[in-house]
Amino acid sequence: MTAPLVELVGLQKYFPAKEGILKAVDGVSLQIHQGETLGLVGESGCGKSTTGKLLVRLLDPTAGQIRYRGRDITSLKTPEESRKFSRTVQMVFQDPYSSLDPRMSVGEIIEEPLRVHRLFPARRERQQRIRQLMDYAGIAGRLINSYPHELDGGRRQRVGIARALALDPEFLVLDEPVSALDVSIQAQIINLFQTLQQELSLTYLFIAHDLSVVHHVSTRIAVMYMGEIVETGSADEVIRDPRHPYTEALVSAIPRVKNRGTRTRIILQGDVPTPVDPPPICRFYGRCPKAMDQCRRPVELLTSASNRPVRCIREEQ
Amino acid sequence: MSITENKTAAKIIRRRTRFEETWRQFRKNQGAIVGTTLLVFLATLALAAPLAAPEGLDDQHLGRRFQPPSRENILGTDNLGRDILSRIIHGSRLSLSIGFITTSIGLVAGGSLGAIAGYYGGHRDQVIMRFMDIILAIPGFIFAVALVTALGPNLLNLMIAVGLNSIPYFARIIRSSVLSVKEEEYIQAARVIGCSNGWIIARHVIPNAFAPILVQATLRIGDTIIIAAGLSFLGLGAQPPLPEWGAMLSAGRQYLRDAWWMATFPGIAIMITVLAFNLVGDGLRDALDPRLKS
Repeated sequence: MTAPLVELVGLQKYFPAKEGILKAVDGVSLQIHQGETLGLVGESGCGKSTTGKLLVRLLDPTAGQIRYRGRDITSLKTPEESRKFSRTVQMVFQDPYSSLDPRMSVGEIIEEPLRVHRLFPARRERQQRIRQLMDYAGIAGRLINSYPHELDGGRRQRVGIARALALDPEFLVLDEPVSALDVSIQAQIINLFQTLQQELSLTYLFIAHDLSVVHHVSTRIAVMYMGEIVETGSADEVIRDPRHPYTEALVSAIPRVKNRGTRTRIILQGDVPTPVDPPPICRFYGRCPKAMDQCRRPVELLTSASNRPVRCIREEQ
Repeated sequence: MSITENKTAAKIIRRRTRFEETWRQFRKNQGAIVGTTLLVFLATLALAAPLAAPEGLDDQHLGRRFQPPSRENILGTDNLGRDILSRIIHGSRLSLSIGFITTSIGLVAGGSLGAIAGYYGGHRDQVIMRFMDIILAIPGFIFAVALVTALGPNLLNLMIAVGLNSIPYFARIIRSSVLSVKEEEYIQAARVIGCSNGWIIARHVIPNAFAPILVQATLRIGDTIIIAAGLSFLGLGAQPPLPEWGAMLSAGRQYLRDAWWMATFPGIAIMITVLAFNLVGDGLRDALDPRLKS
């Protein structure tokens, strides 16, 4: 296999909290290959959005590396280097209502990255580029002078997508890009992402909490729980044969049209424990329906016979 | 046929801009309209003072001292036989420029400090805002009196003192709006795009924090005019023969029993001006506050 486009190595992001240290992302290692979509799933507060923000350098990691084409980008210190990096990696945000400046028109929002990076300095060419980007994202040209509050959620998200594409990036972090949208519009936006991926040969990190959406768009899936990756694998494998009890519970919650075989819904008890100073045991211990006494120790990602890393001691046997 | 169709389509698509929406709300407020009318009138008067005033600002006619309001001198004359109406009209220039200049000092200096404190946070925030607290702890008027006394009583020093006194008010309000704006996702989006901090502050933070700033500035103009008039009343501002309203009030005070018009009309002028600014400020606040929008 070729070298990964993006590689996270032992990535950590800790926040100081009142009672201790909040371990939002705690030792995440992932590889994302060129042209694929890696789906990152997990419930709210599991650190998946923080991982995305680390990738676009909105946050600085506490420890660990982010390698982009083999180069560690966490050491980019000068603003100039960061700006250069922002041309290759872009982000689409979750909330299409708050991610667009209400005082700027659609055209101005899409134009901003071009102006900041001094691309297409000639006004006419820049306008052409804006039209082209609107076309890519499926925004009607007549909306160029509209303001975000005049658009519906789907159109706003398309503007966010056009803005992310303006710098012609290779890699997009999609931070729950459809979870704020109506279901009917979700499908349109997901199809748009898939078309764009093919036409512009993009690589995606698709962050979501909805496993069925992730299954639909992803090549591979990584499941995150309390700052840790608990399981990774190809999208079909993870859905068809979840190894980690947490993944099992998530998969069992996917609504199905037809009930094939006997699939019982696993309902997890309790809430996610606080990620502030978690005890050094399996982080899923308190809620795991299959918990054993041996689980009361730190668990590494274990590669099972199926050649998939899973963070569960049952993989040892 | 198709042209008219396109036209109606364009009409449906085009909705109100934010400015139009604000204006619509503002217009509904009667007080704000009265205030605006008064301000337009005052501004015109100030701009056209040499034309509008029947006499010059220091035309002394000792033969007609202490004339009560009459057809020749509508608001009467003062102890040196000067036409009070003319002096009030000339004085409007002073009061309005004091208001605008001092507020601009406060807006620019306080705004920059507040924006830095709110945007960067941390030590810069602490140092700037604690210093602002120190200024705020001293009563505004006493602060201005102390400063003008130290610098020497004239109009320039008065404006500096009142301007400095306005800084903390702007610093606070701008800091708090910057704090709320900078958490918005579009600021993060701008950062991901590669915008510098300066660009983000100028292009995204300030335009979005503009509404409360505008309201505060309008209300503050009224306040500074009052403080400036008060200082001049104490003899710490405009010096004779400048027709500053506060100074005129002060001069009229000693003749209050015999020539009530000397002190009353400058006082009314101050009152109307400050009232106008406050009405407009309140109207703007109501119109710009999205929580009151239907």
